[in-house]
Amino acid sequence: MGNTSSMLTQYDIEEVEEHCNNTFSQQEIVSLYQRFCQLDRNSGGFISADEFLSVPEFAVNPLSQRLFRMVDGLNFKEFVAFLSAFSSRATLQHKVEFIFKVYDFDGNGKVAFSDLLDVLRDLTGQFISEQQRELVLTHVLEEAGYKKDSLLVLSDFMKILGNTGLKMEVEVPVD
Amino acid sequence: MSKVNSSNMELELYRPNIEDYLPTDSIQEPLGKLKLRDLLDISPTLREAGGAIVDAIERKLSIFFSVYVGRLRVISNLDSEDSFTRCFKSNPPETWNWNVYLFPLWCLGVVVRYGILFPVRALILTSGWIIFLSCYIPVHLLLKGHDKLRKKLERALVELICSFFVASWTGVVKYHGPRPCARPKQVFVANHTSMIDFIILEQTTAFAVIMQKHPGWVGLLQKTILESVGCILFNRSEAKDREIVSRKLREHVEGAENNPLLIFPEGTCVNNNYTVMFKKGAFELGSTVCPIAIKYNKIFVDAFWNSKKQSFTTHLLQLMTSWAVVCDVWYLEPQNMKPGETPIEFAERVREIISARAGIKMVPWDGFLKYSRPSPKHRERKQQAFAESVLRRLEDK
Repeated sequence: MGNTSSMLTQYDIEEVEEHCNNTFSQQEIVSLYQRFCQLDRNSGGFISADEFLSVPEFAVNPLSQRLFRMVDGLNFKEFVAFLSAFSSRATLQHKVEFIFKVYDFDGNGKVAFSDLLDVLRDLTGQFISEQQRELVLTHVLEEAGYKKDSLLVLSDFMKILGNTGLKMEVEVPVD
Repeated sequence: MSKVNSSNMELELYRPNIEDYLPTDSIQEPLGKLKLRDLLDISPTLREAGGAIVDAIERKLSIFFSVYVGRLRVISNLDSEDSFTRCFKSNPPETWNWNVYLFPLWCLGVVVRYGILFPVRALILTSGWIIFLSCYIPVHLLLKGHDKLRKKLERALVELICSFFVASWTGVVKYHGPRPCARPKQVFVANHTSMIDFIILEQTTAFAVIMQKHPGWVGLLQKTILESVGCILFNRSEAKDREIVSRKLREHVEGAENNPLLIFPEGTCVNNNYTVMFKKGAFELGSTVCPIAIKYNKIFVDAFWNSKKQSFTTHLLQLMTSWAVVCDVWYLEPQNMKPGETPIEFAERVREIISARAGIKMVPWDGFLKYSRPSPKHRERKQQAFAESVLRRLEDK
């Protein structure tokens, strides 16, 4: 798919559809492309951090830093694949994997206490002291049968989050 | 880009209150003891972020030229453009008279326009002013006691002088839709390209208008003639006291004797290809809003008045030496605020209607945020809410 042209051919759409495992319909992909082009102001073929931060709701989101590390520099195909976790057709497995990736900052497949602490810090800001955060985390970890120095992997996440209803769907506006 | 930075100050005055446009918190509060899964389940926050990226939670923007056509309209010289500054740029027309066949024709055109059309038009305009003033001044002074009759005559005379103005540019205006009538509790809103919008609309209906105070002869007109049709003036640098202006608007709208009020909610002149975000002032008066869409045909003249670059006089002279001003005016169906709609949503809905009818694009509102990011306190509010819920649930043993 050429980065210079802004025309989306049928081949491109089908390729993207396949890449995201059919979690988005073709119409949704076209809408997402419009949105991608709208965000990608300098037509570089990818959305830079600055362009993401220009979406105000994204900028004020507590997890925005982590998320745009994941999404920075993605081309359109990868952008759609990234968003596929938000589709209503995404499986629970897929959503849990996405959440795992948000925690697993260094991408080594293991989430440590420090990673959990980092996310909790993003979500709570200065409204809980660092000490309290550590206490809370240790407490709930131990209650769930883990230790402070346990390293959580994807299957742990699946176990913990697997039977909750994860509400993460986002509707793609289709013209 | 120093050019952008220097215009920051002016744009500050146009900047709407961003916080009004951000959604309020609506995260569900589960109850019960705090468990690991509650801390690991960041799905609500992720959903908000995903929605923001996809533009799902924001109102869907209607883009009426497909993104393919839109991308062709790229301004050449500035390297990093954003949609906000694009609204205020006038594309210089491409030179078509560069070859030996077209150049003489173009020269002939110039001769006709400046030598024949312009004097004729200036004559029309001057005679129009003479007729107008010779009727207006007596009416204004002699009929002081008979207010109703005086107002009626003054309205008709203002409409007359506007017709003369329009004739002086060879204005060909096509009006579509039912003509506005004077009723209480209604305001008219329109997209804004130049001050001539007002003249074109005033030609058929004597509107009252809310305007920025201007210097010079325009200011004189404002204080005398426009005052008779009911003109609310404000000074942009004093626009901080919105309450006074808002009160005046409300009073005007409620008076049955007053002329229908015309407001340009964009607050500034925009080149006729885009609409920028509407200010909510016109939409929170509790009255019916009647949208008017105006679209100029660029083949004949580019009617955009860039008030930073030209004075109004220069602008008028430019119009008088062009071939014609051709435009369409659509009077659209009156809209009321739907139950549960905020004034801002109402304003955006009306903007969509106007942009659709005129066939122009709506600028994504995040263009404003090139100049200011939302304050960190919005993020802190979310953090605080989450922190409090965590601590509270920790207590519930």
